[in-house]
Amino acid sequence: MNKKVSEAIAFGIFRVLSFLLVGVLALILLFIIVRGVEAISWDFLTKMPSDGMTSGGILPAIVGTLCLMFGSIVFAFPIGVLSGIYLNEYLKESKLKRFLRLMTNNLAGIPSIVFGLFGMALFVNKLNFGDSILAGSLTLGLMVLPVIIRTTEEALKMVPNSLRVASYALGATRLQTVFRIVLPIGMPNVLTGLILSMGRVSGETAPILFTVAAYFLPKLPTSIFDQTMALPYHLYVLVTSGTNIEASRPMAYGTALVLVIMVLIFNLSANLLRRKFSKKVKLK
Amino acid sequence: MAKKVEVSNLNLRYGDFHALKNINLSIEERSVTALIGPSGCGKSTFIRCLNRMNDLVDHVTIDGSVLLEGEDIYRKGIDIDNLRYRVGMVFQKPNPFPKSIFENVAYGLRVNGVKDKSFIENKVRESLVKTALWDEVKDDLKKSAIDLSGGQQQRLCIARSLAVEPTMLLMDEPTSALDPISTAKIEDLIFELKKQYTIVIVTHNMQQAARVSDVTAFFYIGELIETDTTSKIFTNPKQEKTQNYITGRFG
Amino acid sequence: MNKVVRKYIENSVVSVLFTSSLVTTITVIFITFFLFYEGMGLFREKPLEADFIIAVNKSNTVKKLDNQQIGAVFNQDITNWKELGGDSLPIEILSLYTIENYYSEEDLGEDFSLLPQKINEFLEQTPGAIVCFTKAFMPEKIHGDEIHIDNIELLQFLKGKSWLPTSQPVAQLGILPLILGTLWVSLGAILIALPLGVASAIYMAEVAKPKLRNLLKPVIELLSGIPSVVYGFFGLIIIVPFIQQLFNVPVGETALAGSIVLAIMALPTIITISEDAIRTTPLALREASLALGATRWQTVLRVVIPYSKSGISAGIILGIGRAIGETMAVLMVTGNAGTMPTSFLQPVRTIPATIAAELGEVPMGGVHYKALFMLGIILFLINMIINISVEYIKKGRVGR
Ligand SMILES: Nc1ncnc2c1ncn2[C@@H]1O[C@H](COP(=O)(O)OP(=O)(O)O)[C@@H](O)[C@H]1O
Ligand SMILES: [Mg+2]
Repeated sequence: MNKKVSEAIAFGIFRVLSFLLVGVLALILLFIIVRGVEAISWDFLTKMPSDGMTSGGILPAIVGTLCLMFGSIVFAFPIGVLSGIYLNEYLKESKLKRFLRLMTNNLAGIPSIVFGLFGMALFVNKLNFGDSILAGSLTLGLMVLPVIIRTTEEALKMVPNSLRVASYALGATRLQTVFRIVLPIGMPNVLTGLILSMGRVSGETAPILFTVAAYFLPKLPTSIFDQTMALPYHLYVLVTSGTNIEASRPMAYGTALVLVIMVLIFNLSANLLRRKFSKKVKLK
Repeated sequence: MAKKVEVSNLNLRYGDFHALKNINLSIEERSVTALIGPSGCGKSTFIRCLNRMNDLVDHVTIDGSVLLEGEDIYRKGIDIDNLRYRVGMVFQKPNPFPKSIFENVAYGLRVNGVKDKSFIENKVRESLVKTALWDEVKDDLKKSAIDLSGGQQQRLCIARSLAVEPTMLLMDEPTSALDPISTAKIEDLIFELKKQYTIVIVTHNMQQAARVSDVTAFFYIGELIETDTTSKIFTNPKQEKTQNYITGRFG
Repeated sequence: MNKVVRKYIENSVVSVLFTSSLVTTITVIFITFFLFYEGMGLFREKPLEADFIIAVNKSNTVKKLDNQQIGAVFNQDITNWKELGGDSLPIEILSLYTIENYYSEEDLGEDFSLLPQKINEFLEQTPGAIVCFTKAFMPEKIHGDEIHIDNIELLQFLKGKSWLPTSQPVAQLGILPLILGTLWVSLGAILIALPLGVASAIYMAEVAKPKLRNLLKPVIELLSGIPSVVYGFFGLIIIVPFIQQLFNVPVGETALAGSIVLAIMALPTIITISEDAIRTTPLALREASLALGATRWQTVLRVVIPYSKSGISAGIILGIGRAIGETMAVLMVTGNAGTMPTSFLQPVRTIPATIAAELGEVPMGGVHYKALFMLGIILFLINMIINISVEYIKKGRVGR
């Protein structure tokens, strides 16, 4: 009797806490969605900001964020995946490898502002790229590089060793084994990781603060040496340092919703991809 | 009969651990050799020396010689991929690739540069027929190999090895993960294959060794204790260790 | 295909792979090296603005002042040399800010051409004098003793209580308020997030029906992907005013607001990792406990939690890590006052927020710039400690 009661109480409390929590979190989303939907319109998505950012649209910020996302991935994805393959498939366990793993893991967890600091000092100042899409993309790229390496390695680790061995036993070379057996199986997970890091890149503010983001620049970038607006920084500006914070509130809600939708799209596609392939390849 | 394999003074160490101690063994063409012995005595290690699979393990040192058809497979400059192409291997757990049945069998040919489509199709078919799998799967060769039953998967793995026309087939406890019916099918298969191939099989199952093999080799803690015809080993072993193992196993 | 061609292709692909990892390796090492190089440069600098010189009367027994003492003198927190170990004399400061108290514009002549002369006069005639000017204004031969100023020291940097990197004439670079600000906000966040997170993880893993779980889990994963500015925005328009009203404080941008926002942001990490850890408890263990007549709650308490302890701890530590490094949301809701925190209802400033707020305005290569790099190094080290402890905890689990 006694233990039944304590169980009921404990689980009851857990249930309430969990629902409370998920309720609060859902409320945040709902709040942004409801307020944001009022602000979003075709014009909002396709016009330049105007009237001290209290009206008009956020087109340059959307385009800027897409440029940065694309730029950073173009740089980080190939190097990251290729390094991941090399580390997992070629490099033997050794002190060097453990050291490398320690360094990459460490880098993967460093606060993004530190990358901002680094990017500004190196790309903007020392290499003289100035505040530019190039500097911003490289900074963001460096930030996700260790994440991509780690995801790649983890994805390839999930490929059972017995398949590699079987492939070698049939006379396949290491490269053939990697490209015909390991990668086809591991790739969906690598791609899932890629999509998630694209989501992360598009939402980061700290690394672009001093490397590319423009406070107000109502034109689309034309080269990689241009500065550009970007969604997360735009939201930050609208909320904390706009010319008229009250009047730009609706713009802020709209921008926040666009950001959330972007993340949502990335998350959903990553999940779909993962589900589709995990059904196809059942590995024991 | 011609000697297929001649192993002399073979030693293998995993780091400091001496896993194979001075092994001498010769294997006849078109025979089945069974390797028996308690777990951890080095049977798998030995069989993997015959197609240099141990090269994939870190910190392994090997000395001695292994002649395959008179050629030392541990000599410098040998084409290891080609060696593995010539020596097929079947593993303890079925390990089909997560590809279609057809692609599984065609894999060995493709990675060895065969492009001719009809040749590949013929080979796939031939191998599946040899392993008695053809009738079961001929209508859905595109089906994923993962969806086959365990026994079918293992026969597919054998077919996969046969497709590249190996001169020798190594099997490391090929039936230990299978049910009795699938096991019986594979034993029948080994009997058939013996006509064409030299087979080395590791087994824990004495009845299996007795049924399928011509020669039996008994390993004990890294040493090859005794080799003889299977009937002699099982009825009248010379060594006491062999005797103990076998009576323990049968009794 | 020809064997030789194949070998050639194989080798070139491998070298591409190798080159990539070489590039990565170099990059990774370079970033680390660069951070440390720029940051450690701070300790080769004097806190004094470039070319400033400080001098005192020759008879003054005080020949050396540290960073904080100079700050205190020029802020007039200290007004007598006795407090600095000298004779009991009132301190009289001559600097650009106080010069009109002593000399009129005519005294100094056109373009301050007479200033160097006046400085020497002042130094000679005033026993309690301390003067501070740039080299350009100082006389060529100073009739007084130059105060020797030490390079910035690590210990001073770490335990200094005031962060005024732009103060004149010496920058006050004490990061204790920033460290404490970071710790307060993060610890507050963990105090909120820990019970909620672990309770939800247990609920999702042990109590909730699979259907419900499959609904909750993706929502929580989604929340970990939402950009921090969005959380900051939410905090600023909802939590900050709420705190202001509830506690009736002048500003709602407080440590508490930061803690709440960070708690919300750290929750997904804590829940996801703890839940995964809880679910790895082998079924056999659970069944053994249930078969002995234990309730599910008892099983959770005595079997599941002890078994998954290390996984849960890893989740919590990673959650703390995320809280410590979070920049934008904290920058937006904590008010950013660089003073020693005394209450949760006070604005505070964290290390990452300091970098974000100040980096835009610092001249490159200066003392302030290097100090911000030093803050970056501290974040780097904190992250390393967190990583190593997680590794350690995980290993503990394997070894058990
Ligand atoms: N990769 C390896 N590294 C180190 N030791 C190994 C490795 N593989 C096998 N061994 C050791 O070598 C011995 C023989 O193993 P194995 O050949 O697998 O035995 P069997 O197949 O007869 O059971 C065992 O003691 C095993 O622990
Ligand atoms: Mg074995």
